[in-house]
Formats: sequence, C-alpha cells, structure tokens
Amino acid sequence: MQQFAGAARPQEFGVAEVERDPHLSHLKRLEAESIHIIREVAAEFRNPVMLYSIGKDSSVMLHLALKAFYPSKPPFPLLHVDTTWKFREMIQFRDDTAKRLGLNLLVHINQEGLTRGINPFDSGSSLHTQVMKTESLKQALDKHGFDAAFGGARRDEEKSRAKERVFSFRTASHTWDPKNQRPELWRTYNTRINKGESIRVFPLSNWTELDVWQYVMKENIPIVPLYFAKQRPIVERDGTLIMVDDERMKLADGEQPEMRMVRFRTLGCYPLTGAIESTADTLEGIVTEMFTARTSERQGRLIDSDEKASMEKKKREGYF
Amino acid sequence: MNDITLHRDLAKFLAEQEGKSLLRFLTCGSVDDGKSTLIGRLLYDSKLLFDDHLSALEKDSKKHGTTGGDIDFALLVDGLEAEREQGITIDVAYRFFATEKRRFIVADCPGHEQYTRNMATGASNSELAVILIDARKGVLTQTRRHAYIASLLGIRHVVLAINKVDLVDYKQKVFEPIVAEFKEFAKDLGFSNLVAIPMSARFGDNVIEESPNTPWYNGPTFLSHLETVDVETALAAQPFRMPVQWVNRPNLDFRGFSGTVVSGRVRKGDKVVVAKSGRESTVKRIATMDGDLEEAVAGAAITLCLADEVDISRGDVLCEPTARPEVSDQFAAHVLWMMDDEMLPGRQYLLKVGTATVPATISELKHKVDVNTLEHLAAKTLGLNEVGYVNISTSRPIAFDPYAENRDTGGFIVIDRFTNATAGAGMIDFGLRRATNVHWQAMTTNKRLRSAIKGQRPAVLWFTGLSGSGKSTIANLVEQKLCNLGRHTYMLDGDNVRHGLNRDLGFTDADRVENIRRVGEAAKLFVDAGQIVLVSFISPFRSERRMARELLEPGEFIEIFVDTPIEVCMQRDPKGLYEKAKAGEIKNFTGIDSPYEPPELADITLPTVERPPEESAEEVIEFLRERGFIF
Repeated sequence: MQQFAGAARPQEFGVAEVERDPHLSHLKRLEAESIHIIREVAAEFRNPVMLYSIGKDSSVMLHLALKAFYPSKPPFPLLHVDTTWKFREMIQFRDDTAKRLGLNLLVHINQEGLTRGINPFDSGSSLHTQVMKTESLKQALDKHGFDAAFGGARRDEEKSRAKERVFSFRTASHTWDPKNQRPELWRTYNTRINKGESIRVFPLSNWTELDVWQYVMKENIPIVPLYFAKQRPIVERDGTLIMVDDERMKLADGEQPEMRMVRFRTLGCYPLTGAIESTADTLEGIVTEMFTARTSERQGRLIDSDEKASMEKKKREGYF
Repeated sequence: MNDITLHRDLAKFLAEQEGKSLLRFLTCGSVDDGKSTLIGRLLYDSKLLFDDHLSALEKDSKKHGTTGGDIDFALLVDGLEAEREQGITIDVAYRFFATEKRRFIVADCPGHEQYTRNMATGASNSELAVILIDARKGVLTQTRRHAYIASLLGIRHVVLAINKVDLVDYKQKVFEPIVAEFKEFAKDLGFSNLVAIPMSARFGDNVIEESPNTPWYNGPTFLSHLETVDVETALAAQPFRMPVQWVNRPNLDFRGFSGTVVSGRVRKGDKVVVAKSGRESTVKRIATMDGDLEEAVAGAAITLCLADEVDISRGDVLCEPTARPEVSDQFAAHVLWMMDDEMLPGRQYLLKVGTATVPATISELKHKVDVNTLEHLAAKTLGLNEVGYVNISTSRPIAFDPYAENRDTGGFIVIDRFTNATAGAGMIDFGLRRATNVHWQAMTTNKRLRSAIKGQRPAVLWFTGLSGSGKSTIANLVEQKLCNLGRHTYMLDGDNVRHGLNRDLGFTDADRVENIRRVGEAAKLFVDAGQIVLVSFISPFRSERRMARELLEPGEFIEIFVDTPIEVCMQRDPKGLYEKAKAGEIKNFTGIDSPYEPPELADITLPTVERPPEESAEEVIEFLRERGFIF
C-alpha cells in the first residue's frame, strides 16, 4: 500500500545478492514466543501466579520469566502444590531456587487430605493425585484468588495436551471444557474473564522435550540432580523402577532395594515416578540419550495410564 | 538421526538442529477425508513415534478403530474422549516433528462445519494449508469453505491432497477433474503456490515414498514437497513494528518498553515513533538479560529504552518514522464470526489488535460471503462460521496495517462483552479516510455551563422492563414531579420514537440494537444540552443498555429496572399486545418469542406489584436528590 512506498528498507530484489531473511534460530524463536506469552499475562491479569513443580519444564519456564521482565523481577509469586511425597532433593532444590533468585514462593499442602491420611501407597495413585494435587491446587488458587496460573505443560507430552490452547479458560469451579475452547488466533490472546473464572496459561505449549533439554544446556539452567544418572536405591515393581526415597516406602515381602545406575526423565511423587536405567550423568549425555530415545517421557508416569483418557479426565477436573 | 551416539558429534548435530527452518502447516478439508490419518501416517512412516505411543495405538485401534484391525492412524491425533468415541476431530491438535531437512508444526484441524472456528485457529499461525479431498467425493462445500478461510487468513501455499486414490483404482481420470474443479474455484483466492498430489494416507501412497500405483504422476511426494517448499515471508525486511506489551520500570533509573518485534528490525541509535501520538525518540538500549543487543529482528522479544521521556503505554505501537502504520478509528475488514449469538451491527464489542483492546461497534455490514460460490450476499447479521465484510468503528483511534501486509498489526479478535467469548476474528483491509478528516468541533459553551444555569446535573433516567410493566406510567409521573420542581427535562418514549426517528426500524435483533443506539445518541445530545432525560424503552438486551451507558460520562446513566413479572404484564396488557403476540400476530415480541435480559446491577429497581406508581416515582426523585442531580 501507498504508505510503504517510502519505506526505509525496501525489498531489494534487483541487487545481485538478495539478503535472506535473517530468522531467529529455533530455540530463540521458542524463547521469544514464551516471553511474549508471559508478558501478556503480567500485563492483563490482576493476580497471576506461576505454578512451580520443580521439574525441568518449571525450571525453563522460570528462567523465561526472569528474562521476560529483566531487569525487573517477575511480577507474580511462584506456587508449589506440595503432595508431601515429592523427592527430598526436589524440595531442597525448590527452596534453594527461591532463595537464590529472591522470589516469593508459596507452598500449599492440602491439610484435609493429610489429615485423612491420603498417600500413594494405600489410597492408590488416582485418589492421591485427585486429593493432594488437583483438589489441593484448586484450594490454593481459590485461597489467593489467582485469576491466571502459568503451567509448564507442553503439547507434545500427551494427546489431550496437544488439543489445549495456550490460554486455556477455566470456569469458576476450575473445570475445562475441551469441546468448547475459545478460538485462539495469531498471538492475540483473549484474556478477558468474569469474576471467579480463571485462565491456565502454557508458555511452553510449542516446546518438545528435546527443545527443553537443549535449552537447559544452552542456557545453563540449574535442574534437580535427579535428572542425572547416579547409583540410587531402587525396587522394581511391575516393570517400573521406583526409588526408595524415604522410610515411608513400604517394601513387600522379598523386596530389597538395590543400588542401580538410574536417572529420571520426569519428576513427580516419588512412589509414582519410574526411573530409567542410564549412564547419562551430564547434560550432553542426556541430550545424546534423548536423540536415541524410543519411548516417551510420560511412560514413567504411573498416573497417566490409570484409566482410559486419563489425563483429559484429570484436566477437566482441574488438574494442570 | 539415531546414529548419533558419540559426544563429539553432538555440538555439530545441535548446530544443525538450530539452523533448520520451520514450516507451520495445517491439514483441513471435509469430514472423513482423512486428515488425521495422513498426519498419523506421516509420523508412523518417518519413524517419529515412540514405542509406548505405538503400542498404545495398536491397543486403541482394536478398541476404537475404524480400519478393521489395522492400525487406525487417526487415533494418534484425536486425543479427546469425545473425538475417539465419535470418530471425529473436534479441535485442533498440534504435532511437532522434524526430518533431516526441516522442522514442522502441524495443526490437524476438524472438518465439521460447526468447528470451523477451530480450523481458523489452526490457520492463523500457519504458512501452508494441506486441503484434503476424498477422491470418491471430489470438491465439497467444506473443501471450498476451508480453502476460502485459509486464503482469508493469509495462507498463500496450498497442497491439494487427493486422498483415498486406492478406492478409485489410482485413476488419473478421477484425479484430474477434481484438481481442475478446485483450481477454477480457487483462482481468485490468491494462492501463489498450489500443488496437487494423489495419495492414500491409509496405505502410504505418495506420502513419503513415490507410489508404484500412480505411474502417471510425476510430481513430488507429500513429504518431499513439505521439506522443500519455500514459504519465506521476509518479515525482517518489512517496516519495523513493535506493539508495547508492558512498561518495565524496576526503579527510577530504568524505563523500558517490552514487546515482540512483529516485523522489521531495530538497531541501537534508530529513530522510532509512537504511531498514535507521533512522538519521536531514539533507541538508547535494547536490553535483555543476556546483555544489550545491537540489533533485534522480527520475532525477538525485547525491551527498548529510549533517549527521551516519551509517554508510552501498553497498546501503543512503536514504528519507524518513514513507514508508519495507519491510525484511525474507522476501518474496513473481513470478519469470521465464531459465536452462536449472531453478530449485530451497532452492538458494542471489544476489539483486540496487537496489545490494544478497545470498545468497538460494527458500523456497517456491507455483505456476507457465500463460501460455496464466493458471491456477496446482502445481510443484516452474521451467524456462526459466516464471513462478512464490515466497517468497524472503534471508541478511540488505533494503529494498524492492512492484514495482507502484517498479520500481527492487521489481525484482530472480537470479544463479547458479557460472556467474554472470542466472538470473531477480523482481518483489516484498509482505514477509512473519513475518520482522519472529521474532527470534533470544539465549542466554547459546554455541558457544564448549560446545566449550571438550569440548576441541575444532567442525567439519563433509563427505564427498562417488559411491555406493560409500567415504565411509561412511572416515567411520566417522574417528569411531572421534576417539572413541578422547576427542572428541565425531556422524555424519549419507545413507542413515540418509533413513529419518527426510528420509523424505518423493525423488531429483529439487529433493528432493536440500532433502535437503542439511536435513542442513546439522542439522549446524549439532550444531556449535552443540560437536560434530565427520561427514556422509557423495553431495551431487552444488556449489551445495548451498556452501550448507551458508555456513550455517557460515568454517573450520568441511571438504569431503572421496572420489575414486573410477565404474568402480571400479560394480565394488564394495556395495549392488547400480549394477546396478539400469543396469537402469533406479532413476531419477536419481548417475553413471548424474544428474550428479555433483566439488569444485573440496576441503579434503581422498582417492583410494581401491589405498589402504586406514585411511590415508585417518589423513590426516583429521592435518588436524584441524594446523588445531587437536583438540589
């Protein structure tokens, strides 16, 4: 159109060597997209919070939040929903991270669930997750009146995640209606909600597991040591390698923890998270292993395969 | 890629990964044309599936599959329970994969008409569209609809995948007429690159490997085309644009403007201009956590520090001085409607363009587009999944570019003010010059002066309620009382206005909206004259009452709900209208076959059952005294 006729940098098609469009590299592009999303939330919501689950994805998301607002600090707190069954090294790492970065970290535990004695061994993974994660999360969001919550979920993780929007609307009772999601065009996100409603925001939607690892390596982002291979006390149950992290782990007859060289591809509650045998004790080793991986990361997650369409069901109920 | 096992290869390998270009594409077309199957096949044949996903797929295929025991690839992408049960795709699924040559993000879109908005979601971020056609069925309405919407959303590269050729014996004479028919339809859709490929997603013909069954086809296979098609848009060569997202102010020494460079590039020392105010400054720093940058190009998320103190806030667009965006409060655009409630010209919506959100109305619906023939049809409203060409008027000027030149500064979403639903997507065509040339006439005498001589504060008393609720009766009494007190008033009565100013309007939803808009504007003029205006209108929709409220200054609009149950109104039926409506003689009668939305937070609510109108009128006068409208 006419107003571009005098553009300062006309496309120089006539010259011998046409300058190619200098596009951002793959990771830079992902990084910029996530920063854009995070800033959009900070600018448009009254009271946002960043869910911090201590894993590699949370570490990357937090790193991106630091970048988004530099030299300011991220203008929202971190929230960890603690099931009380996380690996001890995770809790240590969580507290160290908040201290190192000088961030406001909120920790929420479902006291009612604790009183009822809910635990992954006796209650089963499904009830434990429902009470100590999903219900607990809803309690925390309601308690603080958060109107937007960042989560580190990625679309490549699971089929129902692949269907989710970047800005995912939740009713006042935190439910997700996957059949009726708001259309989401370009990077123009609809952030409008009525009182009591909220939005879950996924800045890492378009990242893959491999992207996350390459970025961790490139940016030198601190992660929980459990991701690196090490000799750890393991029992094998139904083909899953469970690490005996504390004395609450009840051993069946004849079960004897043995030291094995393992690492974790994904981190959750220790009794529900399977380790993989690996010798990758450096980031380079992990990335190399990733390229040759034949199974998905969530394979080690016992909660995903509880029942048919398991993740979608949990998500409808308010799980992240 | 599986042979990478040595650490020393890693760095080189990672560098290659980083340098790969990205192609974002969508698959669309009619129901059952095999979109999801094609994606599944692509992932399967390129060995990009994890073992546990594969074994789950085999299990699922036996349970939900529609391929009689064979692997049903659609189940790889149809991830929602409802989708698997019904065997259809409801929402877009995003899959990520990479080959040695390129990275891909594919948006697998639903084919059903009712989910068109989800298809548009997928198209908005794609550079290429794969339109599938079932070789047995040929070009269908949905094929045309999707082709049109892809074109509308700016897609210039199309792969026409003529699928299921195995079911037509791989015949060239089936393939060619379909391609010809599609090309004829698409000739004005602006596709710069259209490649038609005969394939069978189910059996893999021409998906990755050339098929021995189609010796007459000499073109590329599906994957090799995707790997090589050139979709460069040269965003960095376009004029610099950065919509400001967030003002970064950690302390008095730092003031930065954070945002994403959506086009062009910016260097330290460059002059930049705030599009709307025209204020100019120079880039002092491009600040990031990794250190200051000398230059940032399209796509980068940065924070700019400027040399001068310039007033800039979220929603402003920073641009280069010699190639600025248009600034206007009126423009022409295509709109794809995405909400069940129809689009009503005159109703107020919110518009989000880049980072700016402004109240706006559709001032005119010029025509809607028949997706089958691309013909322009006259229309009063737009329904779900319909496309129209409109003029839009925003409550304040915004900076924008034509969508064809810049998706980020030329695309907008329409948001419903009550449900907050994303009601539509719009693509700006051009600004209407009129807007930049009609300026407000500044007056020396103003509202404050006019009302001061009358010894009152002007206001609109907006009486809403069902027909027969007693609005006009109470409004009349209030006006009498005000006149007795020596106040200056004017009455706008629904029925009376319809005899004059609004004689040309009927009772459809669209006309009701326009009816209220005109009355609102008329009331505003009287308020400007210093009057206390009484409006007695059924005004059944919340959004129009809100629109009238927003025409006025805060506090000037007093919403009075005359709260009479419909049974009582029907009993009273002073004009015999309910009787006629029930008999079907009057269409679109509020309360009978047209809805009434009671106010959620009226300033005054007047129950009328067993309460004389006199008391209600006195309550209104009391309210005006308390709030200082009359003294």
